[in-house]
Amino acid sequence: MGEKIFRIEIDSKEKNSEAKILEKKFKDYNISLDISKVYTIQYDFSEKQIEKIANSLYSPVAETVRINSPHDIEFDWALELGFLPGVTDNVAHTATEIIDDLFKINIGLSKVFSSKLLFIKGDINRGDVEKISHELINVLIERFHIKSYEEYFKDEGMDYIVPRVNLHQSQDVVEVDLNVSDEKLMELGKKGILDPQTNKRRGPLALDLDYLHAIQDYYKKEGRNPTDIELESIAQTWSEHCKHTIFATEMDDISEGIFSRYIKGSTNKIRKDLGDKDFCLSVFKDNSGGIIFDDEFMVTDKVETHNSPSALDPFGGAITGIVGVNRDTIGFGLGALPIVNKYGYCFGRPEDTRIIYRGKNKTNPSLSSRRILDGVIYGVNVGGNCSGIPTPQGFVFFDDHYKGKPLVFVGTVGLIPRKISNGELSHEKEAQPGDNVVMIGGRVGKDGIHGATFSSEEMDEGSPATAVQIGDPITQKKFSDALVKEARDRGLYNSLTDNGAGGLSCSVAEMAKECGGFVVDLEKVPLKYPGLQPWETWISESQERMTLAVPEDKLNEFVDLMESRGVETSIIGKFNDTNRAIVRFNGKEIFNLDMDFLHDGLPERKLKTKPYPYNKKEPKIVIDDHTELFEEILGNHNNCSYEFISRQYDHEVQNNSIIKPLQGKGRVNGTASVVRPLAKSKKGIVMSQSLYPRLSEISCYDMAACAIDTSIRNCVAVGGNINHLALLDNFCWCSSGESERLAQLKDAAKACYDYTTIYKTPLISGKDSMYNDFKGFDENNNPIKISVLPTLMISSIGVIDDIHKTTTTDLKVPGDIIYVIGMTKDECGGSEFYYALKEIGSKSPKVNAKKARELYEKMYELNQKGMFSSCSSVGPGGLIITLAKMAIGGQLGVEVDFSKAPNEDLPIEKILYSESQSRFIVTIDPTNKEEFESEMKDFVFGEIGLVKNEEFVIKNNKEIINSNVKKLEEVYKERFKDY
Amino acid sequence: MVRVLIMSGYGINCEKESAHAFNIAGADSEIVHINDLISKKKKLADYDIIMFPGGFSYGDDTGSGNAFANKLRNHLWDDLLEFIKSEKLILGVCNGFQIMTHLGLFSLPSTDYGQRVHSIRWNNQNRYECRWVHLKNNNSKCVFTKGVDVTHLPVAHGEGRFFCDEKVLEELEKNNQIVFTYCDEKGNPANGVFPINPNGAMRDIAGICDSTGRIMGMMPHPERAIYSVNEPEFHLKKEISKRKNNNIDEFIETNFNIFKNAVNYFK
Repeated sequence: MGEKIFRIEIDSKEKNSEAKILEKKFKDYNISLDISKVYTIQYDFSEKQIEKIANSLYSPVAETVRINSPHDIEFDWALELGFLPGVTDNVAHTATEIIDDLFKINIGLSKVFSSKLLFIKGDINRGDVEKISHELINVLIERFHIKSYEEYFKDEGMDYIVPRVNLHQSQDVVEVDLNVSDEKLMELGKKGILDPQTNKRRGPLALDLDYLHAIQDYYKKEGRNPTDIELESIAQTWSEHCKHTIFATEMDDISEGIFSRYIKGSTNKIRKDLGDKDFCLSVFKDNSGGIIFDDEFMVTDKVETHNSPSALDPFGGAITGIVGVNRDTIGFGLGALPIVNKYGYCFGRPEDTRIIYRGKNKTNPSLSSRRILDGVIYGVNVGGNCSGIPTPQGFVFFDDHYKGKPLVFVGTVGLIPRKISNGELSHEKEAQPGDNVVMIGGRVGKDGIHGATFSSEEMDEGSPATAVQIGDPITQKKFSDALVKEARDRGLYNSLTDNGAGGLSCSVAEMAKECGGFVVDLEKVPLKYPGLQPWETWISESQERMTLAVPEDKLNEFVDLMESRGVETSIIGKFNDTNRAIVRFNGKEIFNLDMDFLHDGLPERKLKTKPYPYNKKEPKIVIDDHTELFEEILGNHNNCSYEFISRQYDHEVQNNSIIKPLQGKGRVNGTASVVRPLAKSKKGIVMSQSLYPRLSEISCYDMAACAIDTSIRNCVAVGGNINHLALLDNFCWCSSGESERLAQLKDAAKACYDYTTIYKTPLISGKDSMYNDFKGFDENNNPIKISVLPTLMISSIGVIDDIHKTTTTDLKVPGDIIYVIGMTKDECGGSEFYYALKEIGSKSPKVNAKKARELYEKMYELNQKGMFSSCSSVGPGGLIITLAKMAIGGQLGVEVDFSKAPNEDLPIEKILYSESQSRFIVTIDPTNKEEFESEMKDFVFGEIGLVKNEEFVIKNNKEIINSNVKKLEEVYKERFKDY
Repeated sequence: MVRVLIMSGYGINCEKESAHAFNIAGADSEIVHINDLISKKKKLADYDIIMFPGGFSYGDDTGSGNAFANKLRNHLWDDLLEFIKSEKLILGVCNGFQIMTHLGLFSLPSTDYGQRVHSIRWNNQNRYECRWVHLKNNNSKCVFTKGVDVTHLPVAHGEGRFFCDEKVLEELEKNNQIVFTYCDEKGNPANGVFPINPNGAMRDIAGICDSTGRIMGMMPHPERAIYSVNEPEFHLKKEISKRKNNNIDEFIETNFNIFKNAVNYFK
C-alpha cells in the first residue's frame, strides 16, 4: 500500500481500574500491570495531523500520549491484545469518525485498528504470559503478541501490525452440479459447496437428502443447474432455523403439525372465546407479538435465543442476541420503540473447570462454563446499556446439562401507537410493487455466514468460526431512533423487516412475499472490505441492518433523513409482482427462482415419536439437620442472589421502572417486574419468565404446565391481571432427530394448549431452537455428547391499570400476619430440594388450571384493594425458600409454624420444599385479618405466623430452625459475591 | 416560556425523560439532533437552557463523551461560547456530564472554558453500576440546586469516577464548585466506601459546576427520579403511610427542584 503506519499509544497517569481488576484476577501469578490504549492508523497523515488526531483521543488530565515511540516504564513483558482481521472493531470505527470529522475528509474503513497493551511486571515466563493471554482473549476473534522487555527495547516497541482483511478471491458465481449420486448430494448438504478456488467445502447447507431431491427436481424442470448463490439461499430459507419444520410437520396423528394444533390452535380458540374482550392485535405473523396497551398504544414482545453463537463466542453471541431481538421490535409492524430488555441464561456450574473438546486429542477446546457466563453477561450488558433500553427482568439457571451449550434467552418489549399519523394501523405493512429495496445500518462482511444453517445442527468440530459476530449497538441506535422516532410517523416506507438469520437472502425474500417478487443488484450492497463473493454478500448475517420497502416518491426524503442522522443507506433493488426472485451482480443475472418454490418448495415430512422413558423412581428421604439443608438450598445456584447481574444492567433508563429487579432494602432478586411506559399514564406492564427443565426427566407435560403457571403466578403476585395477560413460548430442545425427544416435545406442546386455553392467556409469539447438543471429547479423549435438558421457557406479559396498585415481595412491617395460600402436595420431583439430595424423583407438580385461574382473579381483586403488604409467588425451593427471600428483602424476621400451611398430610420437609404450583405467601396488616379471611373463604389458605424484627424461627409444632435475617442474607449472597 | 434544548444523536438516550422533567417544571423543551445544529437548521441562540442528557454517545468508544465532545468542538464551539457568555444555563447528566467534561466547560477562576480540569474515569470496580444513591448538596453558588440538601436518585454508569489533581481539587473546593457528593441517607459523607460512593470518585464527588454556577454536570440521574413511584422504597413507604392514613407525595421534590430552579432562574 505504501501508506504510513502510526501507533498512537495512550498511557494512564494513575493505574486504571482495569489493571487493578486484572491484577486481582491473576493474583496467583503475583504480577503488577499497566494498561495502555493503542490506535494503529494506516494512512498518509502528516506529523502535524497525527498529533491533532492523538489530541482528539485522550484526556490530558488523566492520560499521556505517545506517537510511534516506546513506553519508558519498567516491565518484564509487554502483551498486546487486538482483534483478528475482519472482526468488528467499534472503537476503531468511532476513532475513524473522529478523524473524518476533524479534517472533513473520508479516510474509509479499515484504516484504524484498536488494541490494548499490557505492561506486566512479575517473575513469570513466556509460557505464563501465553496462559494469561488465553484467559483474556477468544482465539476465534482475537490475537495477541508478546515481547519481553529486551525484545521491546531492541525493537523500540511493539510491531506495527495492521489486521486488515485481504481477500484475493475472484467474485465468480459457481454452478453446482446436482446430477450426482445421493452420496455426493448428502456430502453437499452436510459440508457445503466445494469452492473451486480453495478446493475446500464452504460450510454446512444443512440440507437433507429429501430436500436436495426436491431441489434436483426443480432444476430439472428449469433445465439447468443451480448457481451457488441460489443453493445457499434455498438452504437459508429452508433451514430449521427459519422454517421451524419440526413444529410445522406432520407428527404422528397430528397432520397439521404441533404448532398449528397446539400453539396457534390455542391462541385462535382463546381469541374466539374472549370475543370482544380479545386483547390480541398481532400474533404469530410479525417479528414480535402485539397486544392492546390502551386505546392509543400497543405493546409488543419477542423472545429469541442465541445459544450456538454464545457457545463459541459468549460476548459476541450475547450482544448480537440482545441487539438482534431489539430489531424484532424495531421491525414489528411499521416500527415499535424498544422499552424493556429481558434475559434468561442457562449455564453449566461456573466452578466446573473440566474442559471439553470439540476435536480429538484435546484440540479445539470449548470455553469453560465460567468464561461463557462472564462473556454472555457482559455481552447483554454492553448491548442493552449502549442501546438505552432498561433491563428490569431476567433470571439465571444452572445445571450441568448446559455445559456443552448454554441457553441464552433475550427478549424485548416494545411500544407502538396503534395507528400512525396517516390513520393506518401500525401493524399492517405491505411492500408494494415498484417500491425500492433499501438496506440501512451496518455494512456486510464475512461475519455471520451460515449462522442459520449452523444453528440447525448439532455443534461439533466443523462448526464454522465465521458464524461468530460482534455487535455494534450504536449503529443500530442511530437507525432505531431515525426510524421509530422520525421516519415511521412521516410515512416514509411501506414495510420493513430485520436482517437476522440468512441476512438479505431471507429479509428481502420474506418481504417480497407481500408484493410478489424482487430484483436486487448485489454490487450495490456496501461491504466492509472488498472481495466478498456474491453468495457471501447475499447470506451474510453481518449485524445491525434493516431492509425496507421505500416508495419512489418518498425515496429522497427518506435518504436525506437517514443521512442527517448518520445512518448509511443503500438502494439495492426493486420489489415487483412477477413471482420471480432475481439477483444480479454487475448486470449479470446470477439468481432467478420461482417465489413459490423458494418459500414453499420444501417437501413434506412425517415425524414419528416414541414414548420417552421418564423417571419413575421416588426416593426415600431422611433429614438429619434442617438448618444445614435449608442453608444449602437457599445458597444453591438457583436460589441465591444474582444481584451482580441485575445491577450491571441499567434498569432505570427511560424512567419507566416501578418494580425493579432487586426488591426491598435487602435487594433480593424478584421474579416479576413492572414498568410504566408512558409518564402521562398510570398504566403499567407486568412481566415474568419461568422454566422447569429438570421436570423434563419426569414429565414434559408437567414441565410445560409448571412453567406456564409460574410465569402467570409471578405476575399475579405483583399485581398482574390474568384477564389481560399473554404468554410467549421458547422451546430449546436437544437431539431433535430422535423420536423419544420428539415425544417429549409433543407432551410439552400439548400442555401449552391444555393450560393456556383454560387460563385464557394467549401465546402471542415464540421461537424454537432444536439442536442444543454438544458432541466432542473429554480430557481423556472419550467421545461425549452433552445435551441440554428439554427446556420450555415461558414469558408472560400483561397490562395493569394502575402501577400504584402493585406489591413487592419484601416483608414490610413487624407484626403483620403471614398466610400461605394454596395446597402443598407431595410434589418434590425435579425440585431444588431433591437436587440437593442428588435425586430427581417421579412426583412432578400437577397444575389445576381451572382452580388456579379463580384464585388469580381473586388475587388481582385483593391487590387492587391494597390488601397485601407483601406478596410472593412460591417458587423454586418451595415455601421456606420463598419466605426466606421475603425476609431478606425486608430485612425483617419471621416466626412461623409450617405445619399450619395447608398440605396433604406431608412430612415437614415436603411441606417446606415441595414445589406445588399455584401457591402464594402473603402478609397483611392485622387490622385487615377479618376482611382477608372472608374474601378468601372459597380458597385454601392457612395462617402460619407473624413478621418479626430479626429472628427467623421455623416450627413444625416445635422449633426446627432458629436463625436470623443477617445469617440468611449472608448465605443468600455468598455464592456470587466476588463475581 | 423558557426554552430548553435537549441534545440528541449518536447514542444519547435519556432525551425523552429529560424533556419530560423540564416540561413538567414549566419549560418548553425540544429534542434536537446535533446534526440539525451543525446544518444550521436549529440555532443554540434560540434556547435558554441546554441539556446534555445521559446515554452512550458513540458507545463510549475512545472514552465516554469524548467523540461527541470532539464533534461539538469541531462545529459548534463558537456558538456554545456565545451561549455561555449570554449567561444562560447548561446542565449535563451522566454521559452529558462526560461530554461537558471533555469540552472543558467547567472553568475555574484560573482557567478558561475549553480547558479540561478534571476527568471521569472507569468505576473502581471496572464495571457498569446501576443503583440508587444519596447525594449531599454542598454548594450555595449553583443555580440548579437551591434548596436541595440530601437527595435520592439512581446512578447508571461504567465511567463515573471523578478524578483531578490536588490543585484543581483545592480550587474547586475553595471556589465552591463542588455541588454534589455521595453520602448516606442521613447526609454523612461516603468517604469513598462502596456502595455509598458507587464508583470510587475522588472526595465522593458526584457533580460540579463552573465558576459562575450556571453550568452544572452530575453523574446521577435526577430526571429518572422525579416521581416517588419510581423510588425503590416506594412500596415500603406506601405501606407505612397507609397505616398512618397518609398519602405519599407524587414528586421527589429534591430532584424535581433541579429542573424547577433552572426554569425559575429566568423568571
